[in-house]
Amino acid sequence: MSSTSNTTTIGTIGAPSRRNTELALLVFAVIIPVFAYINVGLAKEDTVPAGVLGYALGLGLLAGVAHLVVRKWAPYADPLMLPVATLLNGLGLVFIWRLDQEPQITTPQLGGAMAPGQLMWSTLGVALFLGVLIFLKDHRVLQRYTYISMVAALVLLILPVFFPARFGARIWITIPGVGSLQPGEFAKIIIAIFFAGYLMVKRDALALASRRFMGLYLPRGRDLGPILVIWALSLMILVFETDLGTSLLFFGLFVIMLYVATERTSWIVFGLLLSGGGAVAVATFEHHVKTRVDNWLHPLQLLNGGVTETAQAMYSFGSGGILGSGLGQGYSRLIGGIAPKSDYILATVGEEIGLAGLMAILLLYGLLIERGIRTALAARDPFGKLLAVGLSGAFALQVFVVAGGVTGLIPLTGMTMPFLAQGGSSVIANWALVAILLRISDTARRPAPAPAPSTDAEMTQVVRP
Amino acid sequence: MNKPLRRVAIFCGLLVLALLVRVNWVQFVQADELKNDKHNRRVAIERYSIPRGNIIVGDKAVTGSTTTDSGDFKYKRTYKDGPMWAPVTGYASQAFDANQLEKLYDPILTGTDDKLFFSRTVDMFTGEKQQGGDVVTTLNAKAQKAAYDGLKGKKGAVAAINPETGAILALSSAPSYDPSSFAGMSDDDSKAYNGLLKANNADDPMLNRALRQTYPPGSTFKVVTAAAALENGLYTDIDAKTNSPLPYYLPDTAHQPLNNEGNIPCKDASLREALRVSCNSVFGKISADLGNDKMIKEANEFGFNKEHFTPVRADASVYPKDNRPQNAMAGIGQASNRATPLQMAMVASAVANGGTLMKPYMVDKLVAPNLNVLQQTQPEKLSEPLKPENAQKLQDMMETVVKTGTGQTAQIPGVTVGGKTGTAQHGEDNKDNPYAWFISYAKTDKGTPVAVAVVIEGSDTLRGDIAGGKLAAPVAKAVMEAVLDGNK
Repeated sequence: MSSTSNTTTIGTIGAPSRRNTELALLVFAVIIPVFAYINVGLAKEDTVPAGVLGYALGLGLLAGVAHLVVRKWAPYADPLMLPVATLLNGLGLVFIWRLDQEPQITTPQLGGAMAPGQLMWSTLGVALFLGVLIFLKDHRVLQRYTYISMVAALVLLILPVFFPARFGARIWITIPGVGSLQPGEFAKIIIAIFFAGYLMVKRDALALASRRFMGLYLPRGRDLGPILVIWALSLMILVFETDLGTSLLFFGLFVIMLYVATERTSWIVFGLLLSGGGAVAVATFEHHVKTRVDNWLHPLQLLNGGVTETAQAMYSFGSGGILGSGLGQGYSRLIGGIAPKSDYILATVGEEIGLAGLMAILLLYGLLIERGIRTALAARDPFGKLLAVGLSGAFALQVFVVAGGVTGLIPLTGMTMPFLAQGGSSVIANWALVAILLRISDTARRPAPAPAPSTDAEMTQVVRP
Repeated sequence: MNKPLRRVAIFCGLLVLALLVRVNWVQFVQADELKNDKHNRRVAIERYSIPRGNIIVGDKAVTGSTTTDSGDFKYKRTYKDGPMWAPVTGYASQAFDANQLEKLYDPILTGTDDKLFFSRTVDMFTGEKQQGGDVVTTLNAKAQKAAYDGLKGKKGAVAAINPETGAILALSSAPSYDPSSFAGMSDDDSKAYNGLLKANNADDPMLNRALRQTYPPGSTFKVVTAAAALENGLYTDIDAKTNSPLPYYLPDTAHQPLNNEGNIPCKDASLREALRVSCNSVFGKISADLGNDKMIKEANEFGFNKEHFTPVRADASVYPKDNRPQNAMAGIGQASNRATPLQMAMVASAVANGGTLMKPYMVDKLVAPNLNVLQQTQPEKLSEPLKPENAQKLQDMMETVVKTGTGQTAQIPGVTVGGKTGTAQHGEDNKDNPYAWFISYAKTDKGTPVAVAVVIEGSDTLRGDIAGGKLAAPVAKAVMEAVLDGNK
């Protein structure tokens, strides 16, 4: 009868922390990329690459430190997320380094070798991960910053409009001398914090104060206001930043969180109608979006007699087949430019480790998402639930939008594959995202403190249980 | 809040599932299509990542490979005596794909063929680079040279076959081109290639005339007509008088005569005599007497009306359904029937081989890098257009043509040569330069090693039936001599 006071969904008193499981998985998460690294070296130069020891030690050190910090500061956190993130990041580094070995796409004009930079960003990402775990003792602290988050997210989202477009989309801000930043990646987290805070307060109003119309519960105008603002904002992102991905991500994130908060299916219908209508309208008028839709419908069509990036990516996937060409032996460089390292990195994955490898990578993402939603289920406070599902949902949508775009399932958008693709903002932001999820899951899985032994209790009880 | 959360979880699961289904679609269902798409550069990169296997004639390679620094490609194809061998090898170009043997045997030459699986696996373990296999042809280098030299400066084609096996010994087309000139991918290569295209070059040098151009066969077709007469029992004795009036009027016409070339003794001439002097009236009447169906049947027996794969495709020669006057004209090769040089060489070879037509082929065997034979072509019977005794009679007739008739220029001392000349009129009112034809075979006591067909376009000065004997027969003779020399 000692557990009657425990109300958590998962943990029972004395629940295992699973830190040793995490450690064992982390060993694999480090060993696999190291083997991949050696494999590339053998394929390209017939020798074990010189940097392998440094790479192994570096990745091992990052993973080891991350593990120790989790052990100390978030001992009950989910054991799977850190290894999966480490593995994806490690493989991403290997693929970028592998593409750095192709002189045609590693010219100074294209920014030269990118693996060292990516390694630095990954280190920064892990540092931020550690920072979040150490300094964010309780995720509910974030609830205090609901409206500041809103302002910050808006600024981050609007900022790229004032910077020149790159590769046809305005999703970067360029700081001279430092480099460029994709604020959308950070906005993703901050806006999830805002939505979680806002919806936690407003969910009852949104769920209950509504009129019934044709079987659907329609919200009151004053509750609808903020939602339409978000919708308008996401459409504006689409129009002014010509980026379908970010737009889809934010609107989808909002609909998911709204649905979870209110438990009203009508929000989904409403959200889908709004986003669908908006997307179609913009796709019709915006030239840039229209081109991408055309590319999607006719992936192999020649453009001015030349093979398009889309077609090259499809050729990469097709040539990879089931088992792939082997690491270092594909020709995804034919995609050209830095695209194979960033947006199209999945094409390299598909070509070199084949359908088998690509499915494994996608399942790793699926696993990470699933653990995130599990954290939401296990979380005890509504803010934690909303934040966890928001972050995992955003992650899932991003994976879907990018992978779907590259493989031709949906029109291509300008986002990057979390952890895998080249890009500093992305890797840093996603490590922070994983850190917040770990913090929530640590809170959720931590056993409830045993009730303080009270000497009075024994005496006053007439009937012993 | 847990119920919607579970639904969100399912939704996210569906997103991942959709991705998994999609990648299976792209990398499994569509994979082969994408992999071999003509715009997928990997095909060419693969082709030139190793020195290609060679196309071999006799025991010498007529192709080679050289290293290049042109972008993605490590190697480039080279050709020895490119123009001479182009009708056999075809080309393999970094920029312009490949054709003929280079294309058909690309998997062998690049070493990716399934037949080379074992060799590849061994290479993998011994750490050797993948190697290409070789394609060994049946061609005879001396005969090919004789044919190429004979056509120099002219427009035409030569096809020579070993009648006993069907092995192709010479395959020449003039004017030719040098496949080396556009094997790479530079601007010069593009310029060379564009200069050879039919649109930019009236001579159309990339046309393989021996296999892909059909000509009116002219009087050489009389051999087929004679065969039809013998096979159908219209005449059995080649020295007996035929029922041939002079002038002979085409059937169903108002006294439209089928004229002979000059004043030759064609009235009731025997088959032997009619072939010797090339009587249009006699053979026109034979064709008319037999009728369109029987003529088509005999022509088909010789290989007309169908494509042949040597394995390089040869266009179908045609003997179509037609009305009676046209069918009579077709009997002398001067109507809607057309033949490739290869087809006419097949006609000569069937007669020479006792009436049995062997399937023409130009690839003897495929050889793995370790010299194992992967595939050996076995001679194959295609049909039997003539009974042996009729073949004997027809040989007699053709030998008379060379001994005392229009084909005397093809005589070779000490060798029995049978042949038939032809001069095909063409163009409106026959005002274009005629095609000079000669088909023949050479026989020794050791067998019948060669049958040959030569066609030369546009002999300006010679319009008479002697054009075939004057222009084409010496080339045929040179080719036959080259083969006979090698057999000594």
